Amino acid sequence: MADALAKTNFLGREEHAAAPKPFVIWRPTAKTGLISWLTTVDHKRIGFLYGISALFFFLVGGVEALLIRIQLAVPNNHVLTSTQYNEMFTMHATTMIFLAIMPLSAAFFNFIMPLQIGARDVAFPRLNAFSFWTFLAGAIIINLGWFLKSGAPDAGWFSYAPLSTRTYTPGHALDMWVMGIQLLGVASIAASLNFVITIINLRAPGMTMMRLPVFTWMTLVTAFLIILAFPAITIALVELMMDRLFGTNFFEVSNGGMPILWTHLFWVFGHPEVYILILPGMGIISEILPTFSRKALFGYPIVVFSGASIGFLGFGVWSHHMFTTGMGTMGTAAFAVTTMAIAVPTGVKIFNWIGTMWGGHLQMRTPMMFALGFIWLFMLGGFSGIMHSAAPADAQQHNSYFVVAHFHYVLIGGSLFALLAGIHYWFPLMFGRKVSEVWGKVSFWVIFVGFNVTFFPLHFVGLNGMPRRTFTYDSNMGWNQGNMVATIGAFILGIGVAIYFGVMIYTYFKGERVGRDPWDARTMEWSLPNPPPEYNFRTIPEVHARDSWWYEKHHKAEVAQEKAKHAAAESAHGGIHMPFQSIYPFIAGIGILIGAIGISIIDANPDPHVIIGRKLAVTLVGFFVLVVSVYLWALEGNEGYHLHPEDEEGHS
Amino acid sequence: MSNAAAGAIDHHFDPSTSTGIPNKKLLMWAFLASDCMFFGCLISTHLIYRLHPPPGVPAARQVFSIELTSFSTFILLMSSLMMALAVNAIQKGNLKSLRASLLTTIFFGCIFLGCQVYEFNNFVFEKHLTITNSILGTTFFTLTGTHGCHVAVGVFWLMLMYVRSFQPRDTTSDRRWFLRNVLHILAFIATILLAMRLTLALVRGIEATGANLGTVAHFASIYFAAILGLVVSGGLLRWFARPAGPVAFDEANAIDVEMMGLYWHFVDIVWIVIFTVVYLLEYL
Repeated sequence: MADALAKTNFLGREEHAAAPKPFVIWRPTAKTGLISWLTTVDHKRIGFLYGISALFFFLVGGVEALLIRIQLAVPNNHVLTSTQYNEMFTMHATTMIFLAIMPLSAAFFNFIMPLQIGARDVAFPRLNAFSFWTFLAGAIIINLGWFLKSGAPDAGWFSYAPLSTRTYTPGHALDMWVMGIQLLGVASIAASLNFVITIINLRAPGMTMMRLPVFTWMTLVTAFLIILAFPAITIALVELMMDRLFGTNFFEVSNGGMPILWTHLFWVFGHPEVYILILPGMGIISEILPTFSRKALFGYPIVVFSGASIGFLGFGVWSHHMFTTGMGTMGTAAFAVTTMAIAVPTGVKIFNWIGTMWGGHLQMRTPMMFALGFIWLFMLGGFSGIMHSAAPADAQQHNSYFVVAHFHYVLIGGSLFALLAGIHYWFPLMFGRKVSEVWGKVSFWVIFVGFNVTFFPLHFVGLNGMPRRTFTYDSNMGWNQGNMVATIGAFILGIGVAIYFGVMIYTYFKGERVGRDPWDARTMEWSLPNPPPEYNFRTIPEVHARDSWWYEKHHKAEVAQEKAKHAAAESAHGGIHMPFQSIYPFIAGIGILIGAIGISIIDANPDPHVIIGRKLAVTLVGFFVLVVSVYLWALEGNEGYHLHPEDEEGHS
Repeated sequence: MSNAAAGAIDHHFDPSTSTGIPNKKLLMWAFLASDCMFFGCLISTHLIYRLHPPPGVPAARQVFSIELTSFSTFILLMSSLMMALAVNAIQKGNLKSLRASLLTTIFFGCIFLGCQVYEFNNFVFEKHLTITNSILGTTFFTLTGTHGCHVAVGVFWLMLMYVRSFQPRDTTSDRRWFLRNVLHILAFIATILLAMRLTLALVRGIEATGANLGTVAHFASIYFAAILGLVVSGGLLRWFARPAGPVAFDEANAIDVEMMGLYWHFVDIVWIVIFTVVYLLEYL
């Protein structure tokens, strides 16, 4: 196997005697500085890029949320105008879903997943860089409205037709939203294709599918969900864009269009999207709980199959967002049943996590605290979810603050708590420093209390009839107290998040240094020194058990022998093969950004004295940059160079 | 298994991957799964709107020309055959046969695209079906146009692959190669565009005034510059394809051709579905 790894006709061709030289204009070699980040193909660095962008947008989305809560603190408030309020809730949702939680998950996919399966990088390193730059282009397009006179998008994160058609939402803001989401779709699909191939094809010898760490399994399921769900929103957005730019009739009622089609296409994507947001979190929790319970994960196969069946069922429940649209009894009943069914694998997972802790030797470290918070809060969100699945009850709850409370319990209490737990858990691996337990726990408790104070009252406010997405309310509706409490809670939550990030920044510079494997964990990524070297593994490990690092720790002599053998085989074939850095993914991202600006922002008034209109010209320039960079990218080839870490160590 | 000598590569098994499936092939399969959903949504849109026509929508049967579309469908199917032959040729290291098959695939792809351009023109100007004036036009043009874009991307990819097969083994001592390469591509694009433009113009001329010498003479006089351009670009294409030294394209590149082939066959299969549910369904 090691032999085969070192020489292959499919990845580079260094074995050939007279290897043809690819055509290369510029081979960036910088290992530090700006150029090194723009040209990086290292999955760990791309993970950082995703993580930093996600955290930045998380703070932006958080400020938007605080503005929303200030506006709703007291009745008849006028801190924001109704238009500004619409922009706030649209951008808050879009930012948090697409620009904060998804890329934060992608950061973990990038950084952790290849390390967990014993790979040196993802299958297509340059495609991975391209995904990030395209993501950033999409994020820029979506947020550009804040700086233009058109204003930010304000039709809701679902942009229901016909509200989102040209008639009711003129101006570029929505075009930017459409193009931005479209680019994020391209980025997500490209990244997910990469993750799928990596997990299926780049596993270390002995790493069978049923030995994969659960986080890697959930990465795989999430990647499949993205690959299969995003095309639905892509088509919906194409149709909306055609309606807005070219006057087609997809959602034009007067000409036979049916706005309900948008709703269906949106939720065919939108519901799997919910699982795209939560499954990575479930994966992280399934890593943290066993580590701090000092036990193997309880019922590993069931946890994996539950995750996969959540993925499958996730495609069959979308219409529970549409119980009030008059689908008819049969449709409503069918989607109510599938929705209740999907609660089963979710519940199974919760029981497995409890089973993992049961009889374990629990260590209450900060990641564990966040993981336990996740279980509690996600369960609460799950309960209100079950309430929605009963269609008659949902008719009452629909579009009320009860729904807002529900999905914040699963998205903050679920996804976000898991991601915050993951940051704490893997921080020592990423930076070689550990967050202080005291400050970590303080941030946990402030976030936990703030979150519940914010969103628990919203259940009651919602059941008392307060509708979502209204910018103010009258004082005699009985919603005053709940809203005031929620606003106070939001600020506590804000303070908690500030403490969390303050502590992280402090730890990055001044935190306590830790050695390899500080948690005494089980999975392969902890076998690496921290931070991990560029090539990850000196020798590709051989996997003998599910918790492979745990096995290695208990079979040291035997594993050392094996490693020596692999190292010899590898150096006989030229050492560690590393992909070259490349600038073209970044340039391709710029091309996409220019093209998207052309489509969404530039006005379509063609100057009669110019042959093609400005809009078309800008779009074509972007397209040209994209095509040229992809072509040079292809000519450059997937070659690499060889590293000999043992020599380097010898010299230093 | 470690060298590129003829016949030494197992094209169906890559020992460096966990499953033995080459990464690129798996990438293309996963992408096509995504594309299935993409076209699935578009085709569903068309089918749903077909069931709920508002008053005043033209009857599809009066608009469609099933003979022309059947012809172009057949041509596209044949292009798949040529694509399969191209993959087979490069797996055996037969460059000459690869290039011939690629060119035929491109030629057939262009015939399909030409038929689509003719069809769109005909629908818009003769049958008055536009993308804005009825829901049928909206779904029809969007769906078949998206498919046409996929075919065009495929043709472009095939073209780049063809040009790529002339890359010299040693590009470090022959830096001017890049210029030749770009000119080769531009000549190819010019040839395709001019040939399609001229053919369509000739067909329109024949439709207007009949297939006689006068039509041809008129056509030649109007399009003299374009015809000259076609001759020049075609000549350039032939000149760039002259035999010149060893090339950096062999059996080891078979996976790249195969990946492109998967895409091409998929686009072809999608067309079979579209032909059935958009065209044939109207004649039931």
